Amino acid sequence: MAKRSAPEVNAGSMADIAFLLLIFFLVTTTIPKDSGINRKLPPIEENDEDVNIKEKNIFTVLLNGKDQLLVEDELMEIKDLRSAAVKFLDNGGDGSCDYCKGARDPKSSDNPDKAIISLKNERETSYKAYISVQNELVAAYNQLRNRRALEIGPKRGFPDMDYIAMEKAYDDPKFTGNKDKLKAVITQIKEEIPQKLSEVK
Amino acid sequence: MSKFKSKKDNSLPAVNTASLPDIVFMLLFFFMVVTVMREDTLMIENRLPNADQVEKLDKKYPISYIYAGKPSKGYEKFGDVARVQLNDKFADITEIQSFINAERTAIREELRDKLTVSLKVDREANMGIVGDIKLELRKASAFKINYTTATGDALSNFD
Repeated sequence: MAKRSAPEVNAGSMADIAFLLLIFFLVTTTIPKDSGINRKLPPIEENDEDVNIKEKNIFTVLLNGKDQLLVEDELMEIKDLRSAAVKFLDNGGDGSCDYCKGARDPKSSDNPDKAIISLKNERETSYKAYISVQNELVAAYNQLRNRRALEIGPKRGFPDMDYIAMEKAYDDPKFTGNKDKLKAVITQIKEEIPQKLSEVK
Repeated sequence: MSKFKSKKDNSLPAVNTASLPDIVFMLLFFFMVVTVMREDTLMIENRLPNADQVEKLDKKYPISYIYAGKPSKGYEKFGDVARVQLNDKFADITEIQSFINAERTAIREELRDKLTVSLKVDREANMGIVGDIKLELRKASAFKINYTTATGDALSNFD
């Protein structure tokens, strides 16, 4: 029997096939980019006890159906909300908060632990306005936490790290520093400037 | 005249394309690996609002998605007010509780408390529907929520 060699397969079109597949995957790819504002909903409680909170410790933010912002009964633009919230949280009226740099106005909040931001919206409020307001309020907290982190960070061995960087480093598996110490700093800042944001129905 | 001079030195040699398939395959494998196929077909408009104080949604823990928005083109028969979409179909607000419970049973027991609900709500929707969803989630005791947003300047939402 004569031994016939098998003819070589032409691989010239392989590139075309691969290109075709490549373009398919290019088009269908959605790189996941999910990020957002985390919130914790309050559980439904049967007995609504009235808690006594002083009026001056509450920062009321009302967003009406026409997306107008009413802060402490005064009309305000969203871009001014962040500084107003920082001013309220940072006030330190009763002097117990030694890291506050606010005006110590006795008519505003006592300390960041007591200060509560109350957010109220109406059914007609648009979602984008609501998110903008939430974003600005979170930004106010983050601004204060960042400032605090830059104050106490260097003493605890984490220089040049603001609060956001600390949280990021804590979640980063490649972080080489002492995670327990970092956790302690983060917890301390969280306790000193807690996010007390309540939503009114 | 040098004797090393070749006869046809003025014609450029053709570029060797033999490694082109390899390069393309490399790219192909990259995209195949990073591709996440969309799980749900969206039947609503879903332009997320911008925010910049965002945290990454941790993929370590289970996430359920609730979409809301105005029915998109081709689904006008469902009206022009914002509606809730669960999985692949429109749903009523009251179905959220059973949806969450179904999602819970599908995940491992130790992770059930860690379930985060990602709310993907269209920027033009109003807070009425979001409030209703939140109330249902509280009833279903799914307290961890995430307002999923696009990253960008929050003040640009009004442009």
